[in-house]
Amino acid sequence: MDISRRDLFKVGGKVLVLASVGATLEQITGAEPPNDAYRMADHWWGMIVDIDLCIGCGNCVRACSTENGVPHAYFRTWVERYQIEEGKQPRVDSPDGAMEGFPPSTREDLKSFFVPKLCNQCAASPCVQVCPVGATFVSPDGVVLVDETYCLGCRYCVQACPYGCRYLHPRTQTVDKCTLCYHRITKGLTTACCENCPTGARLLVDFKNPKDPVHEILRNNKVEVLKPYMATQAKVYYKNLDGAVR
Amino acid sequence: MIPGVNGFMYPNEVELQWSVLIVLYPYITGLVAGAFILASLERVFKVEAVRPTYRLALLTALAFLLVAPLPLQLHLGHPERSLEMYLTPHTSSAMAMFGFVYLWYLTVVLLVEIWLEYRAEIVGLAQTSSGIRRLLYRALTLGSYNVSPEARRIDDKVGYAVTVIGIPSAFLLHGYVGFIFGSVKANPWWSTPLMPIVFLFSAMVSGIAAVMVLYVVCSKLRKVAIDMRCLDTIARYLFYTFVIDFTLEMLDLVHRTYEADESFRSLDFMVHTRLWFSQVILQIMLGTLVPLAILAANQLWKFSEGARKAMYMTAGGLTLIGIFAMRWNVVIGGQLFSKSFLGYTSYKMELVTREGLLSAIALMILPFVIFLVLIKLLPPWQEEKAH
Repeated sequence: MDISRRDLFKVGGKVLVLASVGATLEQITGAEPPNDAYRMADHWWGMIVDIDLCIGCGNCVRACSTENGVPHAYFRTWVERYQIEEGKQPRVDSPDGAMEGFPPSTREDLKSFFVPKLCNQCAASPCVQVCPVGATFVSPDGVVLVDETYCLGCRYCVQACPYGCRYLHPRTQTVDKCTLCYHRITKGLTTACCENCPTGARLLVDFKNPKDPVHEILRNNKVEVLKPYMATQAKVYYKNLDGAVR
Repeated sequence: MIPGVNGFMYPNEVELQWSVLIVLYPYITGLVAGAFILASLERVFKVEAVRPTYRLALLTALAFLLVAPLPLQLHLGHPERSLEMYLTPHTSSAMAMFGFVYLWYLTVVLLVEIWLEYRAEIVGLAQTSSGIRRLLYRALTLGSYNVSPEARRIDDKVGYAVTVIGIPSAFLLHGYVGFIFGSVKANPWWSTPLMPIVFLFSAMVSGIAAVMVLYVVCSKLRKVAIDMRCLDTIARYLFYTFVIDFTLEMLDLVHRTYEADESFRSLDFMVHTRLWFSQVILQIMLGTLVPLAILAANQLWKFSEGARKAMYMTAGGLTLIGIFAMRWNVVIGGQLFSKSFLGYTSYKMELVTREGLLSAIALMILPFVIFLVLIKLLPPWQEEKAH
């Protein structure tokens, strides 16, 4: 095929013009270069909770409450204390969601441990399934969110959640829940609860990041999700979870 | 210690999310479905004896159906957004279909059937009445004044077809309401495939009982004789459906008790404590066993007319209370225990709030007001003409 010098200049000129327009658009819109931008498709968020590391201090509950403006007496996260006597039903408490931690136990002879709870960010989420208008949804990066400008406040999702993680916000009259601090994690930060945990009992993880420690944790530890029989594909994994925990 | 809470509840579970208004929702839709099924007995299954209650049953169904969405509207955090369920329904949601099922039933089934049934009289009234009533009836004719025998025959055929479609639609309406609860796997009190069918038969029981009671009350108020053949037949059908309903509910109970899965201890304790009065006393004993015994006695022995009337009224009234208690126990009972199975909360009904007792009472009075307007507008009495 013959390509004349004239043709070469024509094509080259077009490429130059298009490239310069592209650069200009980027400058005009102020868009970040693609490599550094947060791409939802590159992430699949979850959490690892290590029961043995939780000391029930309630730092996570307070941090969450402050960070997200959680209304009084409702909880995006809370901590439960299990006290188990052999052959008996577990005694569980969570005074004010453990906002101020726990009073000392009156019994020293019981198996005792703390269980931090939050939305399990289920991939097959029953709450998402039942929402009549699709106001609650799983984001492409795996976080269950609620569009408060769209939620009817019917509370079917509250009934459908097996873990008790949802509530009706008394001010907005829409359903509210843990967002895994979506406003933070999309900026490269960790969640408020993870950041404020003094023992590292909570760890935000990204299943799509091959370098994330989650892969090593899942490979080398016995982990479990809450209520596995609910088949919700929960993405909050518990390390050292006792079978009594519900 | 949180007041009203025993044991451990997940902190967000302490407050009940579905109030007495959500109890009214299945109760009211149940009355609609049941009343319609009774009407179809005459129309489709040719049970001529219940003819005197045919129109009454249709108007009862319409009066309650018009009120059915109101408890839901009042319950929503954002009622102004409820239209989104029609515009952008989430297809995987059981609840999203309510609007469509409701509209189908209201417009395609009930309004068409009532219009066809009353068309000849509407045309007559449009020609004989005056003033606003004349305008109203003229509007109700929808411009069709042809009431020739041929036209009436077509009306009858179409009406029959609509009723035939209406029976599965009535089943759909209430079976679907049962599915809304029965499909919630997180809640073992609700989650059973029997729920839609239990809801359906209890709906038929409540609807038939409601029309039976209304028929007696209306006849008394109008000082006309009660057609005892009709009343006996309705009572017999009430008995049949009640036996099936009770059998299904007992099947559910026996199944739960025998399986005794993880939730059983918690639910059993709840029935023996917080639901003792509403479930065992009201629903099972007063609301089921007593009316069933009364109705069964009438199948076995022949009582005097006066005694039968009194017995049927007692059975009907108790049935309506019993089915309301059943709805209460499903909706409220399903929220009293923790999904951790380790504790119980309690429901404190408010009085004058949007979802309080007064709203509930008003919503239960409203269908009767609509019913009064409807019988004034479209008189269902046919004794003078029929037979």
